[in-house]
Amino acid sequence: MVDERVLREKLRAYICKELIRDASYPLTDTEGIISGGLMDSFSLAELAVYVEKEFGMYIPDSDLTVAKMDTLDQMVARVMRGE
Amino acid sequence: MVNLSNRSHFHTLLDAVALQGEHDECPAIIYLETDQAPITISCRDFREAVIAHAAGLQVMGIAPRDLVIIAHTQNLESIYAFWGALWCGAIPSMFPTLTEKLDPDIYLHSMAELARLSGVRAIFTTDEFEPQLAARVSCQVFGSEHLARSVAVANGKLHPSTTERAHAERNAVESKHARSSAHALSAERGRAGRDAFSPNSNEVAFLQHSSGTTGLQKGVALSHEAVLNQVASYSEAIALNDQDVIVSWLPLYHDMGLIAGFILPLVQGVPLVMMSPFDWVAHPALLLHAIDDYRGTLCWLPNFAYNHCARRIRQRDSEGVSLASMRLFINCSEPVRYESHQMFLERFAANGVTNEMLTVSYAMAENTFAVTQTPLGQAARLDVVDRIELEQKRFAQPAAIDHPHAQIRVSCGPAIVNTAVKIIDEAGNTLPDRAVGQVAVQSDCMLREYYKRPDLQPFQEGWYRTGDMGYMADGEVYIVGRLKDLIINAGKNIYPQDIEAIVNTVPGVVPGRAVVFGVADEREGTELIGVVAEVTTDNAQERKHIATQIRNAVAKQSMVTVTYVHLVGERWLIKTSSGKIARAANREKWLAETQR
Repeated sequence: MVDERVLREKLRAYICKELIRDASYPLTDTEGIISGGLMDSFSLAELAVYVEKEFGMYIPDSDLTVAKMDTLDQMVARVMRGE
Repeated sequence: MVNLSNRSHFHTLLDAVALQGEHDECPAIIYLETDQAPITISCRDFREAVIAHAAGLQVMGIAPRDLVIIAHTQNLESIYAFWGALWCGAIPSMFPTLTEKLDPDIYLHSMAELARLSGVRAIFTTDEFEPQLAARVSCQVFGSEHLARSVAVANGKLHPSTTERAHAERNAVESKHARSSAHALSAERGRAGRDAFSPNSNEVAFLQHSSGTTGLQKGVALSHEAVLNQVASYSEAIALNDQDVIVSWLPLYHDMGLIAGFILPLVQGVPLVMMSPFDWVAHPALLLHAIDDYRGTLCWLPNFAYNHCARRIRQRDSEGVSLASMRLFINCSEPVRYESHQMFLERFAANGVTNEMLTVSYAMAENTFAVTQTPLGQAARLDVVDRIELEQKRFAQPAAIDHPHAQIRVSCGPAIVNTAVKIIDEAGNTLPDRAVGQVAVQSDCMLREYYKRPDLQPFQEGWYRTGDMGYMADGEVYIVGRLKDLIINAGKNIYPQDIEAIVNTVPGVVPGRAVVFGVADEREGTELIGVVAEVTTDNAQERKHIATQIRNAVAKQSMVTVTYVHLVGERWLIKTSSGKIARAANREKWLAETQR
């Protein structure tokens, strides 16, 4: 089982560097990443690939929506819940 | 099926095969959604729904030649509303609906402008959006519930109100008049049930609107004749046949989605397997499964979609999926990159994708859709040229693949039948092979006009000047860029000045001192959007706040996401001698400064 803090920081770093393309971006746990225009909904699919590769977890398509995956908190909670 | 030899038997879009009685049991549309059972609409279901909706629209007071905007979620209801409008002789146009990311005020303002400038008769939208929209626009607005009620009234399932009865009676008179008109070429022919309004084949069938605030006021008006000509010529170019199955995730407010992924299959009676673009972007494997499940043969994709599928479909989602039924993937609507095709081929070769399937078309709404198509049975031709010669001398000098400046250009193929292409210089003179100039097009499937914009003349000496820059080599067209600044991001045309106007309103940005440009991105296979804006503050925290505000503002006021925001001090931006901000020069300066 992945440690929640490690997961959170890994996801944060990945999102800032690869999806927002600004490693220094001060991403908070609660800001709307897609609704706030930081990344587009294409990135949800990218995130799913990353989570599968990095944490060996498959997030079903039904959970890959803006409503369910807009903030870092939501993403962490979904990964922690497991398959 | 309409083809070049029987073309004269088809007069309007209502002669569509899917609306005739001969293929009633065949599927017209198969609608897919993540985690939902597929919905199969047979040609009979389709025809009946179209006729029922047409009657509903008449009850709502929609009359022939009324402009009807469908600003709806992409679903079966919006499809029936579109064809129902055609059935009663109105002019439909598909529009994007308001999404949660967009600022409602901006969207409402642009709809109000559209309604005012184009004389819109009615807008069809979702129930939740109806009151907001109705409060802002000068025309009538109908939500889903209202439409459903009118359809029920028209079909005898509900009692009509006084207004509904009056509309129905008025329409019955007009419809009778239309049928007795000498121009009612295809009236009654093969059509069961209630009568369609039969316009002249050269009358406007529907409008395609280009994106952006500049484009909003420019509705490309296409006649029945032009659309049918395009369907016949393009079907020939792709050798369309009754074994084909078209699979599409494309939005219907864009020419590729509207024509290739909607009008073409329904006119030709070829099954259309479709899904919502919103569903597909987050769940790209949906497209693969659709091809596998329904033995898809044709699929149109903008270049970025090849990268999106190759990079973002999880291994688990593509295992055991067969794409071997495919005849053609057609890359269209943004510059084609060789690397994107290669990435797609490598990723899905094990699923049956071959190089020969990867073809290209150059298309635009003004020509209804396709201008060119690469030959079938072979991969799109590649042209290796000297990049420096191309950029500086505007000439596509062939080069060896190991030349230090070698650049691979992918062909868009020759012009389709009844369409001519030439490359012209600024004075309009035709240029020789391999010289770069503006692409001009002439055809029998061109727009009639820009709707209610007599000030905009689309043709010069009978040719449409596309604004695209390209060259011809061995009879095939190669596109290299745009005459004016235009960013093509994930298949969408973005005018940088629209985004600059948004950035200029963000507090902290020096007004008039922002520039927006496209940044070619290998990974995404498209242009990403970069913003450089001058600010007065040196404080790092304040700058970060401004950068976030810029991203938020653009997301809310346009349909795009900014990838790069670079804030600079005053007088960083380069201006031209006439005082305008030089986009290309500033882009170069940004590239050098950020070492990209």
